[in-house]
Amino acid sequence: MKQKGFTFEKLKFASFDFTCCEGCQLQLANRESTLPDFLGLLDIRNFREISSERHDDYDIAFVEGSISRSDEVTRLQAIRKQAKILVAFGTCACFGGVNSLKNRFAEGQPAAEVYPGMQVESLPVRKISDVVTVDFSIPGCPVAKEEVERIVVSLVTGSLIALPKYPVCMECKARLNTCLFDLGEICLGPITRAGCDAVCTTGKTACLGCRGPAEDINMPAFLELVKERGLKEEDLREKLAFHNAFEAVAANET
Amino acid sequence: MKRNLEIDIHHLARVEGHADITISVMNGRLIEARWAVVETPRFFEVMVKGMSAERVPFLTSRICGICSISHALASIRALERAMQIEVPPVAEKTRLLAMHGETLQSHALHLFFLASPDFAGTGSVLPLMQSHPDLVRAGLQLKSLGNEISEVTTGRCTHPVSLVLGGISKAPERHRLETLLSMIRERKRALDIAADFFSTLNIPDFTRETEFISLSNGSSYPSIGGNLVSSDGVKRDENDYLQMTNEYAKEGSTSKFTRLSRHSSAAGALARLNNNFALLHPSAQKTAERFGLKPVCHNPFMNNIAQLVECVHILQDAEELVQSLMEVESPEIRTPFNPKAGSATGAVEAPRGILYHHMETDEKGKVVRADCIIPTTQNNANIHLDLHALAERALSEGKTDSEIQKLCEMLVRSYDPCISCSVH
Repeated sequence: MKQKGFTFEKLKFASFDFTCCEGCQLQLANRESTLPDFLGLLDIRNFREISSERHDDYDIAFVEGSISRSDEVTRLQAIRKQAKILVAFGTCACFGGVNSLKNRFAEGQPAAEVYPGMQVESLPVRKISDVVTVDFSIPGCPVAKEEVERIVVSLVTGSLIALPKYPVCMECKARLNTCLFDLGEICLGPITRAGCDAVCTTGKTACLGCRGPAEDINMPAFLELVKERGLKEEDLREKLAFHNAFEAVAANET
Repeated sequence: MKRNLEIDIHHLARVEGHADITISVMNGRLIEARWAVVETPRFFEVMVKGMSAERVPFLTSRICGICSISHALASIRALERAMQIEVPPVAEKTRLLAMHGETLQSHALHLFFLASPDFAGTGSVLPLMQSHPDLVRAGLQLKSLGNEISEVTTGRCTHPVSLVLGGISKAPERHRLETLLSMIRERKRALDIAADFFSTLNIPDFTRETEFISLSNGSSYPSIGGNLVSSDGVKRDENDYLQMTNEYAKEGSTSKFTRLSRHSSAAGALARLNNNFALLHPSAQKTAERFGLKPVCHNPFMNNIAQLVECVHILQDAEELVQSLMEVESPEIRTPFNPKAGSATGAVEAPRGILYHHMETDEKGKVVRADCIIPTTQNNANIHLDLHALAERALSEGKTDSEIQKLCEMLVRSYDPCISCSVH
């Protein structure tokens, strides 16, 4: 691949999914206007969802989903062994995601309820980094394709990759939205990492924190804000638990 | 000829989710033809327990990355019926348009990215970008139109943002509706290109009689809510979904099975078309005629064509919906509600067929019980029996091993299975 005199290597790319909805992988096929250019950066070696040609000589693996069965552990370890760069792709991979809501119940109870009388294995849900070393994380439920495109371009050109450090609030203000707190709703925008262009709050629904905590968040001030506005603590707990992305923060503060 | 054959496809490619196909032949006799779903379950019906009703659609939409709007709206419909919440007409229209966007995106993804490589003899859509650039561009145009409709109506194309209990949280913006309207008009051309391509393909001629199940409301092509009907003459109220599905589990498959009057039944585009042909837009009926597709068609491979026909219908109907939304001035978009105890079913026609969510709430509006029955679950038994019949026929016709394998893969893909969804 040649551009303005520079030569770039295509990424030897693979994409895998575990316990998830495959919505993040679907984003790889979205944004159709830039899709041919985007796919032009990749040498797709293994991507079951879109291709029946499968090879195991990839360098970079995007891994979607969380881990909840022992065969998934084995499969993930094999991917780790092959991949030079392993990317946790999407909120389920980065934090466990909505799947983690299962962990509130006793182990075995969900399976017994849904498959009475059958043996169905289901381990407590874990994020990818609980099982193998992760080189880079792209959060989002689903991931934001624009951000994925920027990261892939950085990987191809060998430039610096970074996620925004500031919270969703910044992006939300830039879009001139009315603050949801002013409309009487708890929103996780002040404490959640930006990069989604405040898509939920622009649609007038609260941020549920799918991208996890922003850097240097002021959790006590956030909790104080919720209290000061007279909003329900129960609602806050439900929102913080939704994607399991504030597990570490919530354990310390609430 | 006494032949032996073992086909063992682990994690079938170009479908959503993980499933295996096994075909086993000994001394010329078919011993086994099996479709097994091995996807990991997530237990949404359990996870949703104790959650406040207003948050539920945001969770259940995550059942599926492709049909998240259908899941959100099935939950919303169930909960609104359980708590007797009336929805403003603008919100109703916006939701119908959102369903169109999702179905168009899903059908285009399936037809162009997942199914067409089989017909063209390639492993994926990537080589087609060079060999059939006009076709791929047409596919991308239709898919992006579907995504754009979803985005304008729900705030995002995957995992909707503004579909809420009582209506919608934000009305579609006028300038975006205007752009949509011109996009819809312009992209009818892409449909013609697609139809021309599909008319040159050799659709396998295979039939096995089955029972087709879909929604039906008597006045428009089905989308959100209505009666539950089957091509064998069964008709039930939406809340009586259990009598329509008779769901059961079997060892070795994390996706369940359903049945009604026969050993198996089918849901999806072909089922909708078979049960509601007269309600399709005339231009969609014309496209169907071009392919010799008329009710009741029992060839599962024709589900591909039924999806194409639905795309024609969607573009026509979406054009009208966008126009009528543009005529609305300062609309009422959301009805406030008080949580209460109740239970009801919400049935919608997801891209791959009829989808049921049943929800029960307590007096605080928290979910105490939930049940979701997914289209692919309703197709599992049919896929299984079709595979058996198809393998048997291909054997008797003396097809080669690789021909049999390809036919079986194509059959399964024709159903456009949504596997992680079916296991949920």
